[in-house]
Amino acid sequence: MIKTDVVIIGAGPVGLFAVHQLGIKGLKSEIIDNLDKAGGQCIELYPDKPIYDIPAVPECSGKSLTDNLLKQIRPFGSTFHLKERVQEIKDKKGIWVVKTNKNKIFHTPNIIIAGGVGSFEPRKLPLKSLTKFEDKSVFYSVTDKNLFKNKKISIFGGGDSALDWALEFSNYSKVTLIHRREEFRGTPHTLKELEKLKKKGKILIKTPFQIKSVNEGDKLKFVKIENNDEKTENIETDIILGFFGLIMQLGPIAEWGLSMSKKTIEVNTKNFETNKQGIFAIGDICSYPGKLKLILSGFHEAALASVECFKRARPNEKYRFQFTTSSKEIQDRLGIKK
Amino acid sequence: MPKITYIDQKGISQTFNVENGLTVMEGAVQNNVPGIDADCGGSMACATCHVYVEESWFDKLPVPEDAEKDMIDMAYDPKKNSRLSCQIIVSDEIDGLTVTTPEKQT
Repeated sequence: MIKTDVVIIGAGPVGLFAVHQLGIKGLKSEIIDNLDKAGGQCIELYPDKPIYDIPAVPECSGKSLTDNLLKQIRPFGSTFHLKERVQEIKDKKGIWVVKTNKNKIFHTPNIIIAGGVGSFEPRKLPLKSLTKFEDKSVFYSVTDKNLFKNKKISIFGGGDSALDWALEFSNYSKVTLIHRREEFRGTPHTLKELEKLKKKGKILIKTPFQIKSVNEGDKLKFVKIENNDEKTENIETDIILGFFGLIMQLGPIAEWGLSMSKKTIEVNTKNFETNKQGIFAIGDICSYPGKLKLILSGFHEAALASVECFKRARPNEKYRFQFTTSSKEIQDRLGIKK
Repeated sequence: MPKITYIDQKGISQTFNVENGLTVMEGAVQNNVPGIDADCGGSMACATCHVYVEESWFDKLPVPEDAEKDMIDMAYDPKKNSRLSCQIIVSDEIDGLTVTTPEKQT
């Protein structure tokens, strides 16, 4: 069990800046994110795309914004719990008990939800009958390559991940690559390799085909694919791999009894607290009259929420507003040596 | 103002006047058309505004960019007539356009 002043859900730009605003007030925070790295949408959706509306930063990329925020919060030594998702929260006598999908437990007076549009999850194949095979013979990511040795593998998708794994697995398994159109999207090198392996008969390519169904029963044996002219084929298959990128799912947040409207959490604009005391929502995930989904709005929301977090975490201390420019206390916390 | 018709999977059809210059996605969001999530707000990053364009209209629309086609690869149950509604800009030329929303977006 980890005790902390604040649990922050979401390591996007707004969650990261919340660490800063809490840190300069002397509050400790732990930050949880389902991705394998900090940065949220900035790093997952547009690391290289430019951003022009961060105050005093005329232009930056999603990646450089993230890097700079990480640098800015380094003095506070917050722990990141990545590849982890908050599953449930419970009220235990005024303290929130936060539990992740890896059974990590936090006790905290404050939770800041900076979850953007939700957590990133792999997009799945549109076939309900595949659910029972999931994590046994149907996968949307590769964690242990050994599971894929000497198998008949059907890979769905036309982007980098689909191509890279098709090439890799063709070394030791029988690979069929199935894609809804003729064009694949990959680096020129990958596309060349794919062409080579196709000619050698090491990879079977089926385009423009999509999944239609799989066999009945408990064991995956074949997958039926169909093209635009409704021509079908059965492909012998032990393992199905689907690579359709990531989608954002609100997930368990929707079940915490928070007042919601259209996938967002309603907050007040005084301190961005939700209908539950000690739970705050900031950034894209919160809504209030006039809300703009801008990173800069999220920064403002983080600053105000952190004041209320202080009051709840230090009920016996008086909150004093201080400037970073002149406060020795803050500068000590930032580790600034004069 | 051009009229755009949105049909859901149950066959329920709704027609709205959508201002020139808006996208078919924005027309849907403004009118609370179910089934169009548009999580990324129209930056072509999520494929949750995916629609099927009525065949007779499909070829009349400007051809999708590569980036849109790549994104449609990621959509839920894409078909030959799939488009991202955030990339279809409303104009007098597409007055009467009919799109069908998928069973779900994710």
